[in-house]
Amino acid sequence: MSDSLRISGSIRRRLTIQLVGSAAVLATLLFLIVQTFTRDLAEETHDRILLASATSIMDAISVRAGDVTVDLPYAALSMLSNVSDDRVFYRVMLGAETLTGYDDLPVPEPGSRETGARFDTLVYKGETVRMATTVRWLSRNGVSTPLIISVAQTRTGQTERLAALTRTALLLGAGFFAVAVLLAVWTAQSSIRPLRQLAGMVSRRGPTDLRPVTRPVPAEMAPLVRSLNSFIDRLGLSLSRSEDFIAEAAHRVRTPLATVRTQAENTLHRIERPENRTALREMIRAIDESSRAAGQLLDHAMVSFRTDSLERKPFDLAELTAELVNRLRPVADLKDIDLELEMTGAHAMAGDPILVQNAVRNLLDNAIKYAPEETRITVSVRGDAAAHTLCIRDAAGGFPEDEMGSLTERFVRGRNAEGTVGSGLGLTIAREVAEAHGGRLEIANTKDGTGACVCLHFPSA
Amino acid sequence: MRLSALSLCLTLWAAVACAFEVEEHARFGPAEARVLRILSTTDIDILRPLIDSFLRSRPGVAVDYTAASSAQVMQGIVTENARFDLVLSSAMDLQIKLANDGFTRPHRSAWTPLVPDWGNWRDHVFAFSQETASVVLSRAAFAGEEPPRTRQDLIDLLRRDPERFQGRVGTYDVTVSGLGYLFATQDARTAESYWRLMEVLGGLQVRLYCCSGEMIEAVAEGRIDLAYNVLGSYARARTDLAERILVVEPEEYTNMMMRTAVILGEAAEPDLAGAFVDHLIAAAWSDPPAPDYPFLDPPETARPVGASLRPIALGPGLLVFLDRLKRQRFLEEWRNAVQQQ
Repeated sequence: MSDSLRISGSIRRRLTIQLVGSAAVLATLLFLIVQTFTRDLAEETHDRILLASATSIMDAISVRAGDVTVDLPYAALSMLSNVSDDRVFYRVMLGAETLTGYDDLPVPEPGSRETGARFDTLVYKGETVRMATTVRWLSRNGVSTPLIISVAQTRTGQTERLAALTRTALLLGAGFFAVAVLLAVWTAQSSIRPLRQLAGMVSRRGPTDLRPVTRPVPAEMAPLVRSLNSFIDRLGLSLSRSEDFIAEAAHRVRTPLATVRTQAENTLHRIERPENRTALREMIRAIDESSRAAGQLLDHAMVSFRTDSLERKPFDLAELTAELVNRLRPVADLKDIDLELEMTGAHAMAGDPILVQNAVRNLLDNAIKYAPEETRITVSVRGDAAAHTLCIRDAAGGFPEDEMGSLTERFVRGRNAEGTVGSGLGLTIAREVAEAHGGRLEIANTKDGTGACVCLHFPSA
Repeated sequence: MRLSALSLCLTLWAAVACAFEVEEHARFGPAEARVLRILSTTDIDILRPLIDSFLRSRPGVAVDYTAASSAQVMQGIVTENARFDLVLSSAMDLQIKLANDGFTRPHRSAWTPLVPDWGNWRDHVFAFSQETASVVLSRAAFAGEEPPRTRQDLIDLLRRDPERFQGRVGTYDVTVSGLGYLFATQDARTAESYWRLMEVLGGLQVRLYCCSGEMIEAVAEGRIDLAYNVLGSYARARTDLAERILVVEPEEYTNMMMRTAVILGEAAEPDLAGAFVDHLIAAAWSDPPAPDYPFLDPPETARPVGASLRPIALGPGLLVFLDRLKRQRFLEEWRNAVQQQ
């Protein structure tokens, strides 16, 4: 069954991949956010210190008799070394004139009346620097002149710190991702668990267990379980219908045949012309054959149905056999056949007694049918710890050696069966029953060659 | 001496631009060799043992050593573009300026981690000594007298007895000496007492010197009784004068200068320069320092750090006093205090 199942994907794998994928996206986002945040923070901090430095220089500006001078405060530059060991540049300009500092530091041209702070990133002396510029307007001789103070610092230390922060952010993201992957695998496993449990539960069921699933299941599985239950329900219905049909068919075929046979027998007593009597006897024989064939066909259908869903219950093989022998004794007596029953050991076994009874009856029927008059048929039942064996020996001359293998096929009849009523299903039924119980059917000729020996073996356990 | 140095410069160094004033010049090692050219503010004799030990393990190497004042060193490198590999200087501010303005190159080696963080700026500037700015007294002049322990003691002493010290006190000429300027600006930044002291010294017709060595000799020879802001290491190194001079570290605070090395960006022998810097670092910062390490004031790690020892921090703060206006203003104020006519 499972070989023909077409597998397409796996819920667990898909779930795992989707969860891991989302975790990767989230981890990347986390990394980017942390990195951006720290970079912004570091840049803002750096800007503030640069501006503080520029402002402290601005505070140290003094105008003496129209002359603007700067008394550079020690802290203006030393505070920058608190951020990092980076190169520091500054320039103080009054209008276009450089009062002090680095003459070639490119200072932005202030817009008219522009005040406040601005920040630039530029390349100076071969290195990228961040520069804060603050502007104040002084009135000199009635002309408004900008006093521009710029403080710049290289960013080596900041770059190094940012690299360290990036590493931390990367570790954070990776750690988050690793934890998320573990959780994803765990989640996928646990969300698939109810499905596995349901599958295990259904496959562990006995063949005739057609009860609906009543165990609580997650809401998502309710439609599946509901369909399953409805399917089980329909299957049960269909099975009981086909059982009914078989019983019905058996009844419908056998009863009219019995009526026809009785009528034919009655007619036979009334007519006297020998050719008519012969024809009628032929008719009765054909009716017998049909009736038996129908019976065996129904037996076989019933056996096939029951073996498909074998239900074992304890019964006594010897008891069953004895009952059958007693029932068939009148038929045997008609041919003066002596039915002998031998029983040794214990005979309690587990299986379908109806099937076993059917098998044994078919074998006994065959034996009685083929055995010559005034012979003996021995039915022996032996039981021990390993197996139960039921053997039927007759004195009907045995099977032809070359047919032995094919005799148990459906509708195959032995050459010696010509002229005897039969369908060729008896041995097949017996074999199928034996195999359904884990046993086998053995066909052999007796050692002296006078008859056949057919044995049913059932394992004990 | 300066004349002879100049003529030396003109004769031997005709090829090299050397308009800046050279104080001493010497060459160590074989004639045919890779030459490491060092420009330094340190007297040749003081570094000679270290140079010898450096050359001993390097047969194909010679050292060309030029000593100049720190201001001349700055001028040589920055304005005259003189060709050197390594600059050793006691003027920390000028060394920081060289590194900050991009005249130097970084150096990293197995030895550089020996330098404490505060003695290494950006892997460009490496400290290899810590030396105090001390007061040197004449033992003869202060015989039977308690020597001054603080600047206030000194001010009181000088004010009490102006006739005795008239013309007999000395200090750096900060307009000439880079190290003197560094000590002066750090003093001014630290304590008000500096200006009072300068005014007192100015009133006593203070004698101004270019270098610590000359001040030590002047005290030893009895030309002056007291010199302020003298390198303690130089004074202690003159064991021959120990009988005649007394070295005092002021108790309220004593500035500590770091002698530093920078490798120039345009060095022709950067590897050799790096090796020499490593040699200096190993000598200075090993525990204990190498036996040929010349600066008797041992690095701070080797002595108890008193609250009064104030190491001058290596960093951009030093650039402040090199600011043109700041320097102009400071020198003006200094002149007003010291040169009272």
